[in-house]
Amino acid sequence: MAIIKFHNVGITAMSACVPSKVVSNRDLGYLIPEDEIEKTINNIGIEERRIADDDVCASDLCYKAAKQLMEDNNIDPASIDVLLFMSQTADYRIPATAPLLQHRLCLSKNTCCIDLSLGCSGFVFALSTAFAYASMEGVNRVLLLDGETFSKICNKRDKVDWPLYGDGATATLIEKGDFEESTFILKSDGSGANAVIIPNGGMRNPTTADSLIETAREEGNIRNDLEIYMDGMEVFNFAMSVVPKGVKEIAKETGTTLDDIDWLVFHQANKFMTDFFAKRLKFNMEKVPYCIHKYGNTSSTSVPLTIVSELKDKLKKGDQVVMCGFGAGLSWGTARVVFGDCKISPVIEY
Amino acid sequence: MEMKDFIEHFVEQFDETPSVEVSPQTHHHEMDEWSSMIALSVMAMIDEEYDVQIKADEMRNSKTVQDLYDIVQSYLNK
Repeated sequence: MAIIKFHNVGITAMSACVPSKVVSNRDLGYLIPEDEIEKTINNIGIEERRIADDDVCASDLCYKAAKQLMEDNNIDPASIDVLLFMSQTADYRIPATAPLLQHRLCLSKNTCCIDLSLGCSGFVFALSTAFAYASMEGVNRVLLLDGETFSKICNKRDKVDWPLYGDGATATLIEKGDFEESTFILKSDGSGANAVIIPNGGMRNPTTADSLIETAREEGNIRNDLEIYMDGMEVFNFAMSVVPKGVKEIAKETGTTLDDIDWLVFHQANKFMTDFFAKRLKFNMEKVPYCIHKYGNTSSTSVPLTIVSELKDKLKKGDQVVMCGFGAGLSWGTARVVFGDCKISPVIEY
Repeated sequence: MEMKDFIEHFVEQFDETPSVEVSPQTHHHEMDEWSSMIALSVMAMIDEEYDVQIKADEMRNSKTVQDLYDIVQSYLNK
């Protein structure tokens, strides 16, 4: 069972970058009947999203977020020991993107650079990796870049996915220091692999000419096999059965109560779903931050983006933050991190 | 579990459908207000009220309110 605890490492700085292009869900008349648009927006809680231009990748957004973080905190590029790039929309199949970012950010060639790949649970898992590296002898600073551009892998005529996904990126600096214990509970269930999947383009089902053919699928949704499919109902069911339980479990594991949590940061899946979790936990909604209304579901980026965008001026030293990521895999993780001094930069635009 | 209560909880998930319009024989997929979000609400209600997590396929394949009730009942009997 992956219950992991860390001592004397923590998050010291965070930043975020989103594309400047805004897409409103009120313009989805071609996809959803006009009289249902407001209702849909109310349910999913997403009014608008940010969409990257064709020539802008997740790594570009990450680059800008990282530059901002380094500037705002006077970080010497040579002081970064490990660079992690968490994304499912990387630049290339080969090479990994993290070394490209090492070069662009002028980090030392002594930097350990690794790509990590998970869906909406990704940040919690990647943060545990960053904490693990930062705990090691020989590593003082880990830069974790988490960025996604799901707009590039989502069909505009897929009414399940298109109204949800937005693009964005964050940078998180993890360092050794005088921090309280952090706890991570990380879980996986590959039996649910088909719930969120891009079926073609990997080695199991390589890309063929047929992969590019758009066809009408369930309930008239249109996409090709290189674009993302999500069984929304299955994912909802899965999340409902694991997320509230995960929050209770982390409280139990850390000898705390739900009332002790200062901020409960859910992956911004859709508001209906996470409101339900908070209700199920009888948790005070004022301590559940949301940025979904303006950025949509940005997959693994959504947890750190919510912290940067919503808690910038609210997060205090000593605040207990519980983060919940859940999604494709299936994969889900809950983390409790007690924040120390953490400099959060304002969200910037690309 | 009483059918009367089940229908009451079921109807609470709708904004405009009065409870008199819903019976065990109602085909929920054919209701005017039925949508994928209402389906999620019903699943959430079943989780909350009966502590039962029905599967997405069970939700999709059920035709009538009676079918849904029977699915929940079968979990409760396990």
